Amino acid sequence: MNYNWDWGVFFKSTGVGSEIYLDWYLTGLGWTIAIAIVAWIIALTLGSILGVMRTVPNRIVSGIATCYVELFRNVPLLVQLFIWYFLVPDLLPQNLQDWYKQDLNPTTSAFLSVVVCLGLFTTARVCEQVRTGIQALPKGQEAAARAMGFKLPQIYWNVLLPQAYRIIIPPLTSEFLNVFKNTSVASLIGLMELLAQTKQTAEFSANLFEAFTLATLIYFTLNMSLMLLMRLVEKKVAVPGLISVGGK
Amino acid sequence: MMEFDFSGIIPSLPGLWNGMVMTLQLMALGVVGGIILGTILALMRLSHSKLLSNIAGAYVNYFRSIPLLLVITWFYLAVPFVLRWITGEDTPIGAFASCIVAFMMFEAAYFCEIVRAGVQSIPKGQMGAAQALGMTYGQMMRLIILPQAFRKMTPLLLQQSIILFQDTSLVYAVGLVDFLNASRASGDIIGRSNEFLIFAGLVYFTISFAASLLVKRLQKRFAV
Repeated sequence: MNYNWDWGVFFKSTGVGSEIYLDWYLTGLGWTIAIAIVAWIIALTLGSILGVMRTVPNRIVSGIATCYVELFRNVPLLVQLFIWYFLVPDLLPQNLQDWYKQDLNPTTSAFLSVVVCLGLFTTARVCEQVRTGIQALPKGQEAAARAMGFKLPQIYWNVLLPQAYRIIIPPLTSEFLNVFKNTSVASLIGLMELLAQTKQTAEFSANLFEAFTLATLIYFTLNMSLMLLMRLVEKKVAVPGLISVGGK
Repeated sequence: MMEFDFSGIIPSLPGLWNGMVMTLQLMALGVVGGIILGTILALMRLSHSKLLSNIAGAYVNYFRSIPLLLVITWFYLAVPFVLRWITGEDTPIGAFASCIVAFMMFEAAYFCEIVRAGVQSIPKGQMGAAQALGMTYGQMMRLIILPQAFRKMTPLLLQQSIILFQDTSLVYAVGLVDFLNASRASGDIIGRSNEFLIFAGLVYFTISFAASLLVKRLQKRFAV
């Protein structure tokens, strides 16, 4: 048995409809980006709230946030995904359950599960970064705000958070990139994102190496371009007068 | 609403234990191989040779920008082909071996960065002193720099190992029966997959959480 190299395989017909293999990759890339962006929005929102909670001078509030972080950081992503995809729907009230299992098409329900799972998984990581960012600020900032008569929400909203975000851009960037890589677990519950499309291409065309090389290149390019983009943002918003802090 | 019944887990414990052994084996081999390969890469990155350091840099960048699941899947499908090209004959190789190779190569990129940071955190004077004593580069690294660096980075290496412990669950993709897959299989047989999933989550949580607490303690003790 010999291996037939063929780098033109991506422009060949898949035999399914009038699609060529490249179309599969584009569809897959679309799903990957969609999952990553929605999950990232969830993670950034909840992560910021929990990150603030962890630094608030109230034991119960910060305790809740700590428990969340420990729970979501110490269970493997795949286990969490299975819990959201297989277990949680069973716990819903009957009418919601019927809607999720019967009315939704399988792609939509898989998408919902992945997005919630990845969003909450990444929340724990974002939370830790936000906390680090807030704690890295000089103590004088909070004290000064307090002395000016700011209330606690105002201190966070107007003084601490705007600075903290600007410091933690580098570690947030790497979390953002991780979200893109982690979307690949969606292939294990049947969502046809980039990795699943790659596997399918490899199986249909028998051009295994070409199929995976292209996928690697796509991930690599995505990563590099996002990283360059975030570096520009980082430069734009850098806090003047600080040696870079909070980096990984 | 569903009702939970966890009683089916006890008779399945031997099967689950076998899965856990598989998980631990994957982790241990991945960590050992990853650290060895990672140290070599780190030394390459730090070497004066532009070529060597660029090769290592490209390797690290490459593996850090692709998902682990992609590496596992790809190696599972590709390793038999590669072996055939090398040996010229069909060499049957299981999912286990291809997963080990995938973990070692993937983790090496992450371990490389840890080792590099560790070596760079050693004061320059140590190198100067070693050279002044007439040590060769190999002796200096082996006897002076690396032992100190490894001591400093032990907590980070352990943390990365805990991450790998969780990531081994991805071998589910190639059908290897690790702890997660064993739990799914045993749960499916008796129609109690939800209970087994919760149990698996709890076990992973307990082990990772306990391990990370230990690492935190160690970090305090190792703090210079």
